[in-house]
Amino acid sequence: MAGTRAIIMERKMQREGSPWRGLSVVFFRELFDHLTSVRMLVLQFLVLLFGAAVVYFAAEQIRNTTAEDPFLFMRLFAPPGQTLLSFVLVLSILVPIIAIGLGFDSVNGEYNRRTMSRILSQPIYRDALLFGKFLAGLATLTIALVTLWLLVIGFGLLRLGIPPSGEEIGRLLVFLVVTIAYAGVWLALAMLFSIFFRSTATAALVSLGLWLFLALLWPALAQLFGEMISPQDIRFAALGLPTPDTLAWQQGLSRISPGTLYGEAVVAMLNPDAQSMTTLLAQFQGRIQTPLPLDQSIIQAWPQMVSLIAGMIVLFVIGYVAFQRQEVRA
Amino acid sequence: MSDLVIEARDLTKRYGQATAVNGISFTVEKGEIFGLLGPNGAGKTTTILMMLGLTEVSGGSVSVMGYDPARQPLQVKRLVGYLPDTVGFYDYMTAADNLRYTAALIGIEPKERDKRIASALDRVGLADVGTKHVGAFSRGMRQRLGLAEILMKDVQIAILDEPTSGLDPHATAELLETIRSLKHDGVAVLLSSHLLDRVQSICDRVALFNAGKIALIGTVPQLASQVLGGGYHVEVEADGVGLEQKLGAVPGVRQVESVGPGRFRLLAEGDVRPQAAAAVVNAGGSLRRLSFDEPSLDTIYNRYFQTHGGHPGDHHGAQNAA
Ligand SMILES: Nc1ncnc2c1ncn2[C@@H]1O[C@H](COP(=O)(O)OP(=O)(O)OP(=O)(O)O)[C@@H](O)[C@H]1O
Ligand SMILES: [Mg+2]
Repeated sequence: MAGTRAIIMERKMQREGSPWRGLSVVFFRELFDHLTSVRMLVLQFLVLLFGAAVVYFAAEQIRNTTAEDPFLFMRLFAPPGQTLLSFVLVLSILVPIIAIGLGFDSVNGEYNRRTMSRILSQPIYRDALLFGKFLAGLATLTIALVTLWLLVIGFGLLRLGIPPSGEEIGRLLVFLVVTIAYAGVWLALAMLFSIFFRSTATAALVSLGLWLFLALLWPALAQLFGEMISPQDIRFAALGLPTPDTLAWQQGLSRISPGTLYGEAVVAMLNPDAQSMTTLLAQFQGRIQTPLPLDQSIIQAWPQMVSLIAGMIVLFVIGYVAFQRQEVRA
Repeated sequence: MSDLVIEARDLTKRYGQATAVNGISFTVEKGEIFGLLGPNGAGKTTTILMMLGLTEVSGGSVSVMGYDPARQPLQVKRLVGYLPDTVGFYDYMTAADNLRYTAALIGIEPKERDKRIASALDRVGLADVGTKHVGAFSRGMRQRLGLAEILMKDVQIAILDEPTSGLDPHATAELLETIRSLKHDGVAVLLSSHLLDRVQSICDRVALFNAGKIALIGTVPQLASQVLGGGYHVEVEADGVGLEQKLGAVPGVRQVESVGPGRFRLLAEGDVRPQAAAAVVNAGGSLRRLSFDEPSLDTIYNRYFQTHGGHPGDHHGAQNAA
């Protein structure tokens, strides 16, 4: 692991030369590697398989409903009601896997192949190497997600025979951006572990383990911890209402998981008429009849989007700092 | 003194409590082949990494082509080629593609790139496997590909960490030939190795590392005179009377030892063969053999570590506590 040995020395005087020298070289090579790798092919295939099945059933369901729905097209991505599987759910599960699959061996793989010291002895800074790798991973994810997004829309056009409205396109675009940010968080996390752990297997296992923990256990634990920190108030409980303080804690804790943030943002964008937790209070001030307009939905999803992007940046920066001080010797 | 390309002063590297490199100073000149010797863990690789700015310096200073590797790493790395002790490539790419990637990182013009790669591959004898995947390369071939990368880079200084490891005798000889041609082109070569006879045959000067310090530095004869008590050994086989005294009277001869009937071993301050021959002939003796014992680096190395602790002979032995 990094760091333990490094005695903290006073920071070196200004480095000379651009830290971005060689960035595009690293970026394009890594991108090419990702796009041609068998690993990426398999992951893409996985998403396509699951996505196709889910979207197909959603389309069948939509065709059978005659109810008037201003957001018919969007139902392809997120069917209303308690559908077991939706395209959004498939993405929220598979996107972390793809991102981890792209990132878990990006730095330690160079050490294991013994290419690190050779590459770093070329006139580039470590910044360019790490940033190029990250951007290439993000670009790969973007390409994959945009392709998928277009495929689903194309399928919808053919199967439903109706074009999406302008507002739907807007919502779906924001949804796409949120999904890319969500992917970026997991990519940054996987790369962080690829810096911390010299073994690629360890990095992959820890990343996947953390993902499972956050996706499966954390929501329940957040409820539990929230109640422990701020116990339920009997006065609210008697009315069958959640205690606001407890609820706030539970929500705050559960948002540590990127999956929760992603889910909330997606619900805000794709289910404009859904009663999300934040609009719970509004329920008592009179039921919202009309769906939220696009800009209101974006405002609603904004904190989640910002949090996802901030989380991605924070994870990257931690990795960056660790990588800067790391010994090149394997 | 002509132009110095590397200048290290009191260079120190600490890893926590342990000191890997402890205040070493040395210089390397343009076109010089400089050898780093010493047992495992003596600090050779650490020294190399500090010169490249690949690891932080804990104390002292080093300047490479007038640049500080810590603050101006790009300038340094542009002028220095480095062959790590275990060199690796992207196995799924061809040899030429691997070099193409490095060439792009170095910033070699695309027009010039392929030409330089082809000639570099040719020089290390990999021209006909340039389009093969490196995954199918043997250790020695990878080593040579690493050397091709340095040749392609067109550097002022080549730093080779154990370049001979994993090479067969023929490939080793070729490698040494390439190193000589680098020297011929005015490139300074710094190499660490455990093959003492090879180092001796090629290096202008060597530094003997011991537990993070440079114990000895200089040409092989200089080291010999320090470690083996000065001197050159000349063996004389001749018949005659009173030869021992006559040989002892030759200027420069410190000691004469009779090692057998008609066989003498001279300890001298230089190569005294002509004088010794003249002495034998003048004494009316018949000279049968005259040999000059070059002090071997192997002898020096082993003698040094016999007298200074450490572990003589065992080049792959225990780690040296710093
Ligand atoms: N990252 C590290 N943390 C702590 N100690 C280290 C680290 N890297 C190297 N060392 C120590 O520094 C010392 C010098 O190591 P170095 O690799 O420079 O030796 P070397 O002369 O190159 O040996 P070899 O002939 O085996 O290549 C060793 O004692 C080693 O244990
Ligand atoms: Mg070494």
